[in-house]
Amino acid sequence: MISAAVLRGIGSLTRARAAFTAPLAVRCYSHAKVETDEEFDSRWVTYFSKPDLDAWELRKGMNTLIGYDLVPEPKILDSALRACRRLNDLASAIRILEAVKDKSGPHKEIYPYVIQELNPTLQELGISTPEELGIDKI
Amino acid sequence: MTKDRARRQLLIDNLRPSYLKMLASRALVRGLQSGFWRRVSTSSAAWAAHTHDVDVVDCSVPQYNNRLDTPLPDVPFVRNLSAEQKKLKEKEKGSWTQLTKEEKLALYRLTHELSFAEMRQGSKEWMTVLGGVFIFLGFTGLLVLWQRIYVYGDVPATLSPESVAQQTQRMIDMRVNPVHGFANKWDYEKKQWK
Repeated sequence: MISAAVLRGIGSLTRARAAFTAPLAVRCYSHAKVETDEEFDSRWVTYFSKPDLDAWELRKGMNTLIGYDLVPEPKILDSALRACRRLNDLASAIRILEAVKDKSGPHKEIYPYVIQELNPTLQELGISTPEELGIDKI
Repeated sequence: MTKDRARRQLLIDNLRPSYLKMLASRALVRGLQSGFWRRVSTSSAAWAAHTHDVDVVDCSVPQYNNRLDTPLPDVPFVRNLSAEQKKLKEKEKGSWTQLTKEEKLALYRLTHELSFAEMRQGSKEWMTVLGGVFIFLGFTGLLVLWQRIYVYGDVPATLSPESVAQQTQRMIDMRVNPVHGFANKWDYEKKQWK
């Protein structure tokens, strides 16, 4: 036998739950500020644009960036390639392009787009793509 | 005559068991000293120092590695550059448009051992492994077959066809599992299987 008090309690619970589920945005997420894509991109462009970036910082930045679950935007890569130029490191520049292609995984349309966007920079700095050097095949 | 006997006695003395045991143990000790156990007991660096040149990897400094998730390794692949490699590195400080394709490739290979494509390629090793597994399974099958024929004795007499027929008849007479099972499949009017 369910007592009247318990019934009243259940009634209040169902009423409260109906009010709670109506607005879907009210969820128990963290209250930290979410960084937008533009903020993320500009943060990384600034990182690689540092004039006295040293080789370790380039490697650390690049390896961290590749660790993220995303393909970096062309403007970040442009900044990184110019950092390679300042450090006189052509091999790292080519390696970055290879890493971008590998990072796109099954989405084969990303890499040609990135190369197309970076073409002015590649021409200006004289960086050959892995395809031009033949290292994209065994 | 006595010289022959003396020689024979000397031979017998040299071949007596206790003397042989002593020689054997001395040989064993020398074998241990110069052979396998010594290598295991001393450190690899010390071993390399005084015998053949072994590849000693110094794990206390950053090492080169080929990893897809770490595109720029900690150190370049080739550390000790020859004279023309040093010249190439000097040329790298200038405009990269002046470099030929071969020079660019050489610079890449100085810093990186394997390209991404080379890292990603698999090998045919799995075929070897699978083949080896099947060979050994087959060999084991042969052993089991030999065992079945030559080691195991005869099966019991109750497995002979006559004995099985008698057993089946008894089961039908007993009406074993008459609802859904054995006797259910026997037609008692027509005296045959349904």
